[in-house]
Amino acid sequence: MADLATTGPTSQAAPARLDPYSLRKDFPILATSNRFGKPLVYLDSAATSLKPLAVIEAVDGYNREYSSNIHRGIYEIAERATEAYEATRVKVARLINAPEPAEIVFVRNATEAINLVAYSWGRRNIGRGDTIVLTEMEHHANLVPWQLVVQEMDGDLEFVPITDDGILRLEVYEVLLHLRPKLVAFTQVSNMLGTINPVREMVEMAHAAGALVLIDGAQAVPHVPVDVQELGADFYVFSGHKMLGPTGSGALWARRELLEAMPPFMAGGDMIREVHLRRSEWNEIPYKFEAGTPDIAAQIGMGAAADYLMGLGMEAVRAHEQELARYALEVLPREVPGIELYGPAAELRGGVVSFNLPGIHPHDVAQILDRSGICVRAGHHCTMPLHERFDLAATARASFNVYTVPEEIDALAVGLREVARIFDR
Amino acid sequence: MDDLYRDYILEHYRHPHNFGVLEAPTASYEGSNPLCGDRITMMLRVEDGVVREVAFTGRGCAISQASASLLTDEIKGKTVEEVEAMTPDDVLELIGIEISPARLKCALLSLDTVAHALADEAAEKAESGGSVSASASGAGQG
Ligand SMILES: Cc1ncc(COP(=O)(O)O)c(C=O)c1O
Repeated sequence: MADLATTGPTSQAAPARLDPYSLRKDFPILATSNRFGKPLVYLDSAATSLKPLAVIEAVDGYNREYSSNIHRGIYEIAERATEAYEATRVKVARLINAPEPAEIVFVRNATEAINLVAYSWGRRNIGRGDTIVLTEMEHHANLVPWQLVVQEMDGDLEFVPITDDGILRLEVYEVLLHLRPKLVAFTQVSNMLGTINPVREMVEMAHAAGALVLIDGAQAVPHVPVDVQELGADFYVFSGHKMLGPTGSGALWARRELLEAMPPFMAGGDMIREVHLRRSEWNEIPYKFEAGTPDIAAQIGMGAAADYLMGLGMEAVRAHEQELARYALEVLPREVPGIELYGPAAELRGGVVSFNLPGIHPHDVAQILDRSGICVRAGHHCTMPLHERFDLAATARASFNVYTVPEEIDALAVGLREVARIFDR
Repeated sequence: MDDLYRDYILEHYRHPHNFGVLEAPTASYEGSNPLCGDRITMMLRVEDGVVREVAFTGRGCAISQASASLLTDEIKGKTVEEVEAMTPDDVLELIGIEISPARLKCALLSLDTVAHALADEAAEKAESGGSVSASASGAGQG
């Protein structure tokens, strides 16, 4: 059918591989150049991904053709908006193989999802002396909300340490589980080291110790196949904007029984069934957690992003990015004398490579690369404790996505040699 | 060539002026820019309302280190009032290169840290009875 090819990635029915060169035309921003006329070399996808036309058009379509509130209007465009919004729930559920769309709660981003769980579930289930186990590699989003919970409820935090290669030390995790934590929360893929954690095994171990598990999938859903049922997770969170979707979109998935037992996080319109002056009855899930008018356009865009990714096939996405990681780990040390790389081997790594040039601050590295149109992140990437663990003030980070090609890693190597040259003269 | 990384900026970065520890500072402060991990400790010896000596330690990017090097050169021998009156624009002029908004914090960390050090010193003096004598021993490490 000819019209199958109008949106989203083209033609791969059973995609073993994806073709990054042909799908680059789906991303209009890749045709732009910087103030010096250099084409965009975007190596900061872990911060936020670029958006394909299918997503841009989905957002635009809502704004142009059926901009209206959801779950309220009894007229054509409002019904269309509600339909598109709820269709996203189905798509997102399919992307992570959630048992039912009603278990998908829409939020602005992964941070909001974790805060929702921390406030609603945490404040009800974490008591004096209770332990939450986290890891040393957590993004601040999966650390600070738990700090607040244990401060308020008088609980404790424990941390799974990592090896110098950036791998979680499961033998210590095992010991920490003897503390009988109420909750274990960890990232599936590290945004600084790129480490892909053995989440399935870790969930099993946590459950055996009687703990619930929250998985931060912000860096996983865009890059590896995720099946929350297979993982056995209890809570799973991710952001739309890192998975080719718009900013302002994101999702929490949790098992129905958990969501049903949790009190609302925010209160207002949409989340209630009945309101009387002195009491209200909560709506059913997921609406109980979706107070107020959401970012409808963004969420519809996230649905388009989920379609796009499923069209590519997450196995193919993973294979492509693993190849890029392997290529970067091979090319950068060879082409850039003295470069320090952090994190594990390519087999255990997502498309993330953090590095330093000796004696040169990563901000200076990023600034000089910017002249060549190369975008990398410099700083602590919201993982200050992890940087402290390695005694680093900051790192530079290159991160990849479906549209990244090896030539961009070559360009990075050339750019880094130029940085070294400027500082050496 | 990259305007931001002129030779003299890199020279100040590689061989910063006034880098080290002051024996008996009357004012000191550790400033940081958590976003990039820049960290600077400014130490000043103020006598009779004049900055007699100044030194700094720390680590950070070329911009923050060069700025500290240039600024410490500049304020040595100035009165406290003169230093306190310095504006971000004065520092940017000292650095002499165009700083993008994202790097302003790096460029201005040194001035900010000096200002904090002097403000702390003034507050301590006020607390210890307002004797505005400039004796070096007046400002203990509170
Ligand atoms: C591992 C991880 N968790 C959580 C987050 C937070 O995502 P957001 O800022 O979209 O809430 C990020 C984003 O950088 C991340 O990399």
